[in-house]
Amino acid sequence: MIPVCHLDDLPVGESIRIDTAPPIAVFNADGELYAIDDTCTHQDASLADGWVEGCLVECPLHAASFDLRTGAPTCLPARRAVRTHPVTVENGMVYVHHAAEEGTAA
Amino acid sequence: MKSVTVIGASLAGLYAARALRSQGFDGRLTIVGDEHHRPYDRPPLSKDFLTGTTGQDQLALADAEETAELDAEWLLGTRATGLDAGSRAVRLDTGRTLTTDGVVLATGAIPRRLPGPGSPPSGTHTLRTLEDARALRRDLTGGGPARVVVIGGGFIGAEVASSCAALGHHVTVVEAAPLPLVPQLGRDMAELCSRLHADHGVTLLTGTGVTQLHSAGVDDRVTAVELADGRLLPADAVVVGIGVRPATDWLADSGLPLDNGVRCDAGCATPIPSVVAVGDVANVNGTRAEHWTSATEQAATAARNLLAGRSVATHQGLPYFWSDQYGVRIQFAGRRLPGATPRILEGSPDDRSFLAGYERDGRTTAVLALNRPRPFMRLRRELARAAQPATT
Repeated sequence: MIPVCHLDDLPVGESIRIDTAPPIAVFNADGELYAIDDTCTHQDASLADGWVEGCLVECPLHAASFDLRTGAPTCLPARRAVRTHPVTVENGMVYVHHAAEEGTAA
Repeated sequence: MKSVTVIGASLAGLYAARALRSQGFDGRLTIVGDEHHRPYDRPPLSKDFLTGTTGQDQLALADAEETAELDAEWLLGTRATGLDAGSRAVRLDTGRTLTTDGVVLATGAIPRRLPGPGSPPSGTHTLRTLEDARALRRDLTGGGPARVVVIGGGFIGAEVASSCAALGHHVTVVEAAPLPLVPQLGRDMAELCSRLHADHGVTLLTGTGVTQLHSAGVDDRVTAVELADGRLLPADAVVVGIGVRPATDWLADSGLPLDNGVRCDAGCATPIPSVVAVGDVANVNGTRAEHWTSATEQAATAARNLLAGRSVATHQGLPYFWSDQYGVRIQFAGRRLPGATPRILEGSPDDRSFLAGYERDGRTTAVLALNRPRPFMRLRRELARAAQPATT
């Protein structure tokens, strides 16, 4: 379980990158929190820098788009999904549960 | 339309083939490529592929499943040598002639070479294809630190210089103009970007051309680069990055208008509507872009118009390109109008991290960012929205 930030520091529409290995991006999309692997599966770009619209994030480099709920790419050029990670909020703190770390399939 | 030939197993060619299928074309699809590889992504060739952090398997633009779904006949390692546009007959170097209802031209561009007779000495490289990148990588990873001279300070030159520096080589970039990247970025921003070389120990020599390459030995190996001002730069390897020309030689007797590429209307259609052109080879409505994103966007437009038999759609994407060099991501979008003034909107050039808007008459028409992907994306989207024609 990785502490990310205070919920107040992740307002709607914002995202934050945490320097895990590999890095994870945490999003607040219309009040729902999502965590996915930060690196676009197409080419080296940080999805935390991407454009969030609804449940989708668009890669800042090539406009590949991923569904934050499933990690699945919704359009080219990305073809592989990014892993998703569970997010919880406890006492106002946002935590990510690293999928690989806890042995769960993404 | 029952059959289409795509000439060029490239990003543009693959995206055109995909677009044809996704738009309902279920006829015979043939893809001709002069390289032996299935379509791959070229941008990493000057960057992560050169430094070794990206392997060949990561360059593929389609996996086996997608390739199967495309249901195309692939003629790889096969060069198209001529086209009769009127009858849509494509001549191949295998002696075969392919005649189909539609033709997509996606043959890309060819690196310009230094003027002069004969072939350049060994150790001299251009960078366009996977084979080019492999050959350059072999030269850069064979021994210890080498002296690399990069001729041309454009994006390819700067990215190669950055990769060579990352590999521990001594790098000099030679640029004929007083400053590189001015046509793309304008003087002020070009000046800021060119500082990245010195930041990372790379020498940038500007305002001087190259007169000749010196070579020696039985293998005619390059030894030095001679500059127009008389200087001699010792070199173990030379990379020539002085731009590209559209690959239209094979179309000379095609009957198609050739003018800095294959001349097309705004819908990527040639005067013969069953022949369309996409990517670096296409001069679309007076503009020939050499950008990754335009190649993919044009493909969808061209496919639609090819299937419709006339230009029912036009390509109106906002120009966009990026370059990764020295750990800095440079992104540019929009059209830089003559006389436009760049204004720093956030960040600082000194930190090599800023966002700048090009403004004229109080209107922003282009945006440049160094290591500011998020605000860049916001502004890029705003520009794209503003550029859309008003709809009712």
